Amino acid sequence: MKDIDKPEALSRRGFLKTTAAAPAAATLAVGVGISSDAAWAQAGKNLTPHEMATLVKMARDIFPHDHLADKYYIVACASYEALAADAGKKAMLTGGVARLDEDAAARFQAANYLAVNWEADRVALLHGISHTPFFAKLRGDLVVSLYNQKELWPKFGYEGASADKGGYITRGFDDIDWLPTV
Amino acid sequence: MAKFDLNDDTVVCIIGSGAGGGTLGNELAQRGVKVVILEAGGRHETQDFINDEWESFAQLAWTDMRTTSGSWRVAKDFPNLPAWIVKAVGGSTTHWAGASLRFQEHEFKTRTTYGEVAGANLHDWPITLAELEPYYTKAEQKMGVTGTNGIPRLPGNNNYKVLAAGAKKMGYKDFHSGNMAINSQPRDGRGACQQIGFCFQGCKSGAKWSTLVSEIPNGEATGNMEVRPRSMVLKVEHDAGGKVTGVVYLDEKGVTQRQKARVVAVAGNSIESPRLLLNSASSMFPDGLANSSGQVGRNYMRHMTASVYATFEKPVHMYRGTTMAGIVRDEARHDTKRGFVGGYEMETLSLGLPFMAAFLEPGGWGRSFSSAMEDYPNMAGMWLVGEDMARETNRVTLDPVAKDKNGLAVASVHFDDHPNDIAMRKHGFAQGAGIYDAVGATRVINTTPYPSTHNMGTNRMSEKPRDGVVNKFGQTHDVKNLFVSDGSQFTSGAACNPTLTIVSLAIRQAENMAGMMQRREI
Repeated sequence: MKDIDKPEALSRRGFLKTTAAAPAAATLAVGVGISSDAAWAQAGKNLTPHEMATLVKMARDIFPHDHLADKYYIVACASYEALAADAGKKAMLTGGVARLDEDAAARFQAANYLAVNWEADRVALLHGISHTPFFAKLRGDLVVSLYNQKELWPKFGYEGASADKGGYITRGFDDIDWLPTV
Repeated sequence: MAKFDLNDDTVVCIIGSGAGGGTLGNELAQRGVKVVILEAGGRHETQDFINDEWESFAQLAWTDMRTTSGSWRVAKDFPNLPAWIVKAVGGSTTHWAGASLRFQEHEFKTRTTYGEVAGANLHDWPITLAELEPYYTKAEQKMGVTGTNGIPRLPGNNNYKVLAAGAKKMGYKDFHSGNMAINSQPRDGRGACQQIGFCFQGCKSGAKWSTLVSEIPNGEATGNMEVRPRSMVLKVEHDAGGKVTGVVYLDEKGVTQRQKARVVAVAGNSIESPRLLLNSASSMFPDGLANSSGQVGRNYMRHMTASVYATFEKPVHMYRGTTMAGIVRDEARHDTKRGFVGGYEMETLSLGLPFMAAFLEPGGWGRSFSSAMEDYPNMAGMWLVGEDMARETNRVTLDPVAKDKNGLAVASVHFDDHPNDIAMRKHGFAQGAGIYDAVGATRVINTTPYPSTHNMGTNRMSEKPRDGVVNKFGQTHDVKNLFVSDGSQFTSGAACNPTLTIVSLAIRQAENMAGMMQRREI
């Protein structure tokens, strides 16, 4: 069977320009500058480095893909710094992180959410807040802000647009070769 | 291209340019009738379509505010998106997958065949399969449906091959690559399918029939038809005698206009059509236009629907090629031994990665969800589409609170699954899993219904005026020069995709409407 085409090498600049295309239903800030692969470094005047790092960790725990580097989760959360310019949104985000940190201390005697080592334990904490608007907002945004990053599509075996390549008529639309013969 | 005056009261004014409105417009124009089509959405031609799910959604989908209620899960997961349909010239024919199936004979006679079903509002259609057959033939010819008129079927893609191999092992007999309104060879000035995928996002090769690439340009070429995009109709008006006189709409600049008309045909899909009739209430028609029966908005149907996705040890790449690449029809029969009335089709379906994330398990997260996403390349998928029961309480009403930007009440869609729908879905999940297990599935995932793509029944056809909104020609029982021309006419929904029937009814309606006009009956 025809494997998927190798993605064209993307420059860092190209990577940033093309990420986070968002639907009308979930308007996310586009074109947020990413200056480092470290989550804490994406914080600005509205969110602290700790808060940003926690959001990024939450993103990975909500949609855990071990074959994805942190940068994809950072891009997926990048819009929250700008979103937090709104006082109400900021209260939801910072309050949500604070609640998770308190729960981590109470349940696992950890310094905070980030200090809880096992994913299963962090997920237990997320279940504790899964009914909150904070969690719903994060999960709902991530469905788009993570999975709609074109750069990660090849990592999921998805080839994206095909009309510009002439479709799949000569590129493997019917090349399955492992089905049992009946 | 024709241009008609706002005060020209000899035109037929059609609201909506999809399968119903676009076809009716062309058929009337071919007969020399003057037609103005008002379309709420913009005009995006074949080359404008986008091979990207979210970008295309922003381009084509009807995302104006709607509200929902009821026990269906869509109301929880997508409370303001009850339906995934289109606001653009060509309507939802730009988005549809192309499956073109005829109703079965008994599906026009559900009350007689199924008997009294508690909690359902079944009626026989006022027409039979035999009466509609000549129009089905014309529609298949017009749309170039594969497997009819000597047109070869499309080649099956990988997703179909998995379905077919599993179906064969299960002992199913009636499966093939479908009756599709997609060119398997060049036809009607359009090329053959390039197996692009993205059928839901507008066909970028023009191989798929839509009113955008067929009926509308053909109608415009007669010089008898004008299409006005970005023209949102607010109200249908009538005179003291109770005849409609025209419509009030906002033009592309947002300016209120009044188009006079000899006849008005409503074809805005089964949510907007009843909304418009209800919003057109007057002192003479206090419950809404054509609503003396109280049935406007009621009996909303959206098909049973659900999806089965399965993952395998090796790659499938289901997204390569046509979205609906094949069908198993064995379960479409009516056979109450299965524990429900009516039947269902199993049709391949694929979503791209972004929409798979949104629809595979709305609200889902964690390893259970993300591991399924990682199996995307090894996934095959099918859609279950079956007859759902018309219920008076499943209905489109005017939201008492929410208003659109023009101050008009938005549509509110209430839906509860009937026990028959639930029993049928359960059966479909089991049979779908059986197909994939038969060819080595490592995991089978039952996916909840998406926002409705098949919307039907909210202005149903009936023999007697007290039972429905329109007669067997789609003419409203109450107002003789007011017609309904979309899937909202459906008395019942049948097991199969509705478009071929909508087009066939529109061809038949055009023939009869032109005759009535010639005889000065309207």
